[in-house]
Formats: sequence, C-alpha cells, structure tokens
Amino acid sequence: MGEKILDITGLKVEYHTDGAIIYAVNGVNLSLYKGETLGLVGETGAGKTTIARSIMRILQTPPAKLCGGSINYKGQEILDLSEKEMRRIRGNKIAMIFQDPMTALNPIEKVGFQIAETIAVHNKITKAEAEKRACDMLEMVGIPMERYGEYPHQFSGGMKQRVVIAMALACNPELLLADEPTTALDVTIQAQVLEMIQNLKEKLGTSVILITHDLGVVASCCDSVAVIYGGQVVEYGNLEHIFDHPTHPYTIGLFNSLPKLDSGETRLKPIKGLMPNMKELRPGCHFCERCNDARECCKTLSPETVEISPGHIVKCHFAKKEVESWPHSLKSNI
Amino acid sequence: MVKQRHNSQSGLPEIWRRLKKDKAAVISMFVLLAIILVAVLAPLIAPYGYEVQDKKHPMEGSSRAHLLGTDRLGRDILSRLLYGARYSLAMGFIATAISAVLGIILGSVAGYYGGRIDNLIMRFLDIYQGIPMILLTVTLAAVLGPSLRNAIIALGVGFVPGTARLMRASILTVREKEYIEAAKSVNARDAYNIIKHIIPNAIAPVIVSITMGIGNCIMAGAQLSFVGLGVQAPIPEWGAMISDARNYMRGNPTLALYPGICIMLTVLAFNLLGDGLRDAMDPRLKN
Amino acid sequence: MAPLLEVEHLKKYFRAGGDRQLHAVDDISFTLEAGKTLGVVGESGCGKTTLGRTIVHLIEPTEGTIRFEGEDISNPSKKDLRRLRENMQIIFQDPYSSLDPRMSVSQSIMEPLLLQGKLSKAECREETLKLMKVVGLAEDYENAYPHELDGGRRQRIVVARALALKPKFIVCDEPVSALDVSIQAQILNLMLDLQEERNIAYLFVTHDLSVVKYISDDIMVMYMGHMVEKAPSGLLFENPMHPYTQALLSAIPVPSIHNRKKRIIMQGEITSPINPKPGCRFAARCRYAAPDCAQAQQLEEVERGHFVSCCRCHEIKKAQAYQTN
Repeated sequence: MGEKILDITGLKVEYHTDGAIIYAVNGVNLSLYKGETLGLVGETGAGKTTIARSIMRILQTPPAKLCGGSINYKGQEILDLSEKEMRRIRGNKIAMIFQDPMTALNPIEKVGFQIAETIAVHNKITKAEAEKRACDMLEMVGIPMERYGEYPHQFSGGMKQRVVIAMALACNPELLLADEPTTALDVTIQAQVLEMIQNLKEKLGTSVILITHDLGVVASCCDSVAVIYGGQVVEYGNLEHIFDHPTHPYTIGLFNSLPKLDSGETRLKPIKGLMPNMKELRPGCHFCERCNDARECCKTLSPETVEISPGHIVKCHFAKKEVESWPHSLKSNI
Repeated sequence: MVKQRHNSQSGLPEIWRRLKKDKAAVISMFVLLAIILVAVLAPLIAPYGYEVQDKKHPMEGSSRAHLLGTDRLGRDILSRLLYGARYSLAMGFIATAISAVLGIILGSVAGYYGGRIDNLIMRFLDIYQGIPMILLTVTLAAVLGPSLRNAIIALGVGFVPGTARLMRASILTVREKEYIEAAKSVNARDAYNIIKHIIPNAIAPVIVSITMGIGNCIMAGAQLSFVGLGVQAPIPEWGAMISDARNYMRGNPTLALYPGICIMLTVLAFNLLGDGLRDAMDPRLKN
Repeated sequence: MAPLLEVEHLKKYFRAGGDRQLHAVDDISFTLEAGKTLGVVGESGCGKTTLGRTIVHLIEPTEGTIRFEGEDISNPSKKDLRRLRENMQIIFQDPYSSLDPRMSVSQSIMEPLLLQGKLSKAECREETLKLMKVVGLAEDYENAYPHELDGGRRQRIVVARALALKPKFIVCDEPVSALDVSIQAQILNLMLDLQEERNIAYLFVTHDLSVVKYISDDIMVMYMGHMVEKAPSGLLFENPMHPYTQALLSAIPVPSIHNRKKRIIMQGEITSPINPKPGCRFAARCRYAAPDCAQAQQLEEVERGHFVSCCRCHEIKKAQAYQTN
C-alpha cells in the first residue's frame, strides 16, 4: 500500500461528568494509508465517534479529556498542535461529515454560499472563484448548479447530505471522516450516496474513515475494517479477514445477530447481555461478560493484540489456535 | 444494590440532589427561608410596632434605640422592614398563585384541545397582552380601589398570559410524544391523560417561571405601591416605604436604600433559585 | 373461519391546506390470519406508519372497511373501541419517547391493567411481575425509570405493556430500528417467541428489509401510499416483480463480500404525495416507465399469493431474463 497518512497509537479519551468518569476510548491503535477506506464498526457508545472527534480535535473539553496516546497525521502530531495550526488543517486537510444532514446546514444561508464560504476560509481566492468552485462541487455531487441559490429547506434529506458531502470535499481534503453518513437516509437514497462517495473517493484519491454500525455498508465500500467494542479495537483486518474469517467472539456475534437475506434461518443468535458500563473500567477483556467462550483469564487479564495472519489483528486470548499456550505466554507479557 | 440505586434516582429527590450542587441556588434558598421566617415572626422580633411613632426622634440616623434610624414620623425603620416582608411576600406569593392557577388551566386547555378553543383563548390573551401591564393594573386598582387585596388581584390577573403561554407551548411538545398515543391505545380517557401524563411532564418550565414570577410580582407590587395604587399607609410594604422616602432622597437616602436593598435581595434570590431549578429539572442534563 | 383482520380499500387522506390532500394511505387491502405476521416495508413517507395507526384507530380512516374477527370496526362507537383496543395494541419505534419518563417500569406496564379495571391493585402488580419475566426483565428493575435503562430494556418494557391486555393483534411500528444490532436480535427473537406462545398476529412496519424477511410470513411493499407488491416472504425475495421492489432489494447493503449484486441506483427521490395524479406513482423514477403507466394500475395475482401492481411487470421480467441469458 501507499503512504501512511494517519497513525493513531494508544489513544485514550475519558469523559468526566458529575463525579463519574466514562472511559470512552481505551488505547486505540489504528493506521490509515493513502486512498484507503477504513470502516469503524461498533454499537452505540463503543467510542467510534469519539475517535473521529479526537482526530478532528473537536472534542468538547471538558467534559472530554484526552488522556494519552498520539495521533500522527503525515508526521505531524495532531494532539500537540495549537488551535490556530489545527484550524488550518481542519476542514482543509481533514474534513468531517456528520450523521444528521438536517442540522449540519445553516437554515438561513443559501446552500451554495455555505459551500463557497468553506472554500473561501481555507483558500486565498476571490469571491467569484469561490462561487465557481462551489458550483463545481454541487455538480460533482449530482446537484444541478441552478440550485446554488436555494435554501436547505428546499432540499430533500438525501440532497442535503450531498450538500454536506460537497462542503466536506470542497477543499480537497486528504482525509474524510464520515460519521454514519447514511444512517438517517432511506435505503435507496443510501445507495445513491454511498455510490457517490465511492466515485468521488476514486476520483480525488481521498482517504476515508467511515463510521457505521451497518456491516452491509462496510462490505460495500470499505477496504479495511476495525471492529470497536468498549473503546478498543477488538479486531482489525481487510474485508476478507473480517467477513470471511471473523475471529473475535464479538465480531462473530455481530454477524450472527444480523438477519440475512440469502438464508432461510428461523432464529437469530444474538449476543447475550448488554454493552458494558463504561463508567467502570475493569481489568480483563471488555467483552468477557457477553462472551460464550470466556474463561477465568478473560476476567482478569486484558488480552494482547495478536496478528493471526498478516494484517489481521485480534484482541482476544484465544485468537490463536494453540489455546493451551496462551495463558502461559501472557503471564510473561505482564 | 441495583434496587437501591433505582429507587433513589428520580422525581423530587433527584431534583434536590442536583439543585444542591448549585451554590447560588442553595444560598438563595436560605436567604428566602430567612426572609419568610422574618415575615412570619415579625411581631416577635421587631423592636417596635410598625406604626408606633417616636415623635421626639423623627428622621434620625442609626442609634442604639433605632438600629436603622427612623422615618419622618419617627417610626422605626427596622421594624417597618421586618413587617414589610410580610406584605411584600404575601403580594408576591398570592398574586403568583392566582396567575399560576389561571395560567395553567387556560394554557393546558388551549394546548391539549388545540383548534378553535386554542385560538379563542390565545387571541384573547393576545389582546390582553397588548394592553400595557402597568396600565392594566392601574386601571384595575383604580376601579377596585387601592388596597393590598386589590393590588394582589390586579397583579395576579396581570401575570396570567405569560404563564398560560408557557404552559401551552410546553403542553404542545408533550402532547406529540408517543407515550400519549400509547396511553390512548390502552384506553386512557382525555382527563386521565392530561392529569397523569401531560401536566406532570409539561410543568417543569412553568414551575421555574413561577419561581421567578414571585420576584417579578414583588417588584411590580412595589411599583404599584410607589405610585400609590397598592398598599396604603401606614402598612409598611417595601415599595410603599420607598414611595414615602422619595421626598427625602437628598437629605436621608438611607430611607429609600434599606427597602430597596430588601426588594433587590428577595427578587435576586427568587431569580437565582429559579435558574437553579431550571438546570435541576432539565432532563437533558440528567446523568 | 374469517381471518383475524381484513382490510379493504383503506384510505387515509390528510388535509394539506386548501383543497390539497395528502394521500398517505391509498386503497390498501389485505388480510391477516391469527398468529401470522405481515411485514410492511417502504421508505420514509410511504404511508406505512399511517397504515398501522389507522388500523388501531389512533387515526380515523377516510374510507374503506376494517374487519376484526369478522366484525366491521371501521367506525366503532366509543364502547366498541374500548373493547377493541384490548385486542389490538401498538408498539412504537422509539422506546425513548413511547414511555412516560416520570413513570417507573412497573407503573408503565401496569397502566393498561389499571385502566382496564378488572383486576385489583395487588393482582395488577402480580401480573406486572409476570409480564416482566415474560419479556426478560429482571425484577430488580421494577422501580427503575426509563432514563436509567438502555434502549433494549426500554423496548422490553414497551412490549410487556403491549402484552398486558393479552391482545390478539399487535401493530409493530419499527420496533427495532432504534436499537443496536446485537440488541435488535434479542428483541426480534423475543417477539417471535411471544407470537408462538400466544398466537399473536403482527403487522410489522419497518424500512429494514432483512428484518422484515426474518420475521414475516407475508410482505407488502408500499410506495407513496400505494401497495405495489405483496407476496409470501420467500417469494418476494426470490422473484420480485415490481421495478420498485427490485430496486429496493438491490439497494440493501449485504454484509458479505461475496455474491455482490449489481445495485440498481434509482434516480431522484420520492415526490410529494399531495394530490397525486392517477397511475403508477413510481413511474417518475422508474427506468421502465412507458405511457401505459399513467393509467391507474390494477393489482394482478401473478402467482399464488403474489400480487403486483404494475402493468408492465411481465414484459420487464422477460426482458430481464433475456438480459441475464
């Protein structure tokens, strides 16, 4: 693969509220290469959005608190940048699309103007040039540029999301963070938007981090996948690793929870129990309470990440075939 | 353990737990309690009666006999302030209670039934609000004659539209909630729905506004007394005291200053408490 | 024996200002047998939610008949409605807004029983605890409040509440859309178990096609108030006839990296259902649209139990078969 543009190591984020601490992200390692689309999959509260917001440095502090780790963007340590330096990167080099297109646009500004404004903020160009670029962007996301002067309420949900994407891509960012970009949309519109993101990505060579809870979306437009649970990456690999050889019990459980279209199953096999309470950070594997294969060591020892095949990383004591050897070697690792 | 945690986490105890964290609100609450206590115990703690005149010592500064001095008739200012708390607070509480009851009823009916009834009530309130408040109360006080009771009625009626409007808006949001439909689908009648589901869920902002309304009522009452349409002499309502003092503002400003401070303190305390309540009752801040 | 629920030519129009009418549900007919599930799928604004609410009389129908156990309930008296509602319940989409935040778990579940007034307070409480057990809620949560619970548990409360009156029919309006997948599967399984135990019929409204396939016996596809296709669950997925159904099925992202099918990307979005013209409402977005489509479409039974409302469906099918060969 090409150049590594993002490298996250040991990222830890906590939310301090009302005397309680929520351990949202607990040591996440991720890297992203140029032109790659990485899917972050996980359920509500797994920490996906917090990771994205950390990269953009738009976490509200307080209550959020960055407690460690590093986010390296092309050799620059993002977490050390001043707010002024960050402003130059944000929206320009790294852009973000939010889940709800209804609230991401300013209802009292013309749609085209909002795009032009984003462009003008980051580039020293004339107003006319910015407008021209904004029109091009609209066309690119499939909205005729005659609609430049219309207001958000005149657009449907899918079109608003296109405008939001146009805004995000207006400055040719190298990295696009898309936080559930299609969750609020209908399936047929979702298909349109996903197709469009895919095409644009190929055209512009943008790297994308796609946050979603929908494994179907991941399968249709990602290159690699990180499965997030309890603020940690529990499994990471390319599509084949995750979809054909899911190894972490949580990943397997996720697939079993999904009703499938192509099989006549009569009963789903859901994961038992609920998401762990992120207010108590216990030792051991975060998934162990819901895991059918949990053993004694899962409750006390946090599993190491294991590379079970090149590029396929799993955070589980029993990821490797030779189970017997595991608890032993773990002891030496502590 | 689970049980315990769940029992202690809702309704009033929860609001109280959160209110306790707001220092300003807690201090305000103690200040208000103190003022109420003073009002209730005024005959016991006041050194003199409020109309007792010390004719030898009019317009005097503070002395051992009169801690805060005397007014032009030689009445003890401290005693008058202590008694004044009774009338000012009574004005605030009773007038607010009147406006709250009328406002909540009108607002609930308008909000729940909507349509023509809503239109009728709201247009009436619109017209009513178009008349300047002070003019309205002045007219009412003039028609009924100036007295404490009539001032309270005038104020109470005057504050109805604000409460009604707030209640209606609040009901409109709650009315659309699915749990109202859910209740209908298990055969809940309208009255049951309003009393059991809608009002309890819609009342929080109204309670906050009522708390702040007490302060406003005291203020407006003081204004009425100041222009001579409220409490009549020799009753020592704070606004009336300022009114009395206005001729001596130059020579003896403390005469107006003391009741002024009392009004300010009370109104401020009500406002801070209202602010605190708003934060404590906001379910979005629940965690 | 008459089917549990028969709906004939049901229409619900909303006034949309002036003489404009929003055709939310337009001429829908179907029958539902006891203990079976009819899935209703469609995109937002297609009228599927209105359909469910009209049947349980949270919204009054404009036209058409609804029969429940053979009895016409299109215009029930207040008394009939009270009786009916004990047999028909509705589960809403959002467990966050369908529970009164000021009522504890047991109060919420008990409410229908208390309103019914047949049982004493103590019996109600006993019944409530039983219901909590049935839906898999630990007794510990009896006095908890909704905001302390996660979405899955809240939806269990909603289900328990709906079961309280022992209904024969439940409208489920997107009951699992707001839940995470692992929790969603738990609730779906619960609903299937309950159906089996208590022989409840479901009208299962959702936009999620994989969920609907899993839970339904029959599936109805709606588009802008019209029923465009209805078939037994397996048939619909094997042999979708209506171009809209085909596009809808192809648009679902499948969580698998094999057998990737070609997505049919539809142009445009749903247009306004206000004062629609007669004829096929999908025609504006349909790539097979022809002049015939402007005429009112007839429902045709193309195979046993499989109804399609498209005058060109046979032609289209033939053309598609030709293309793949």
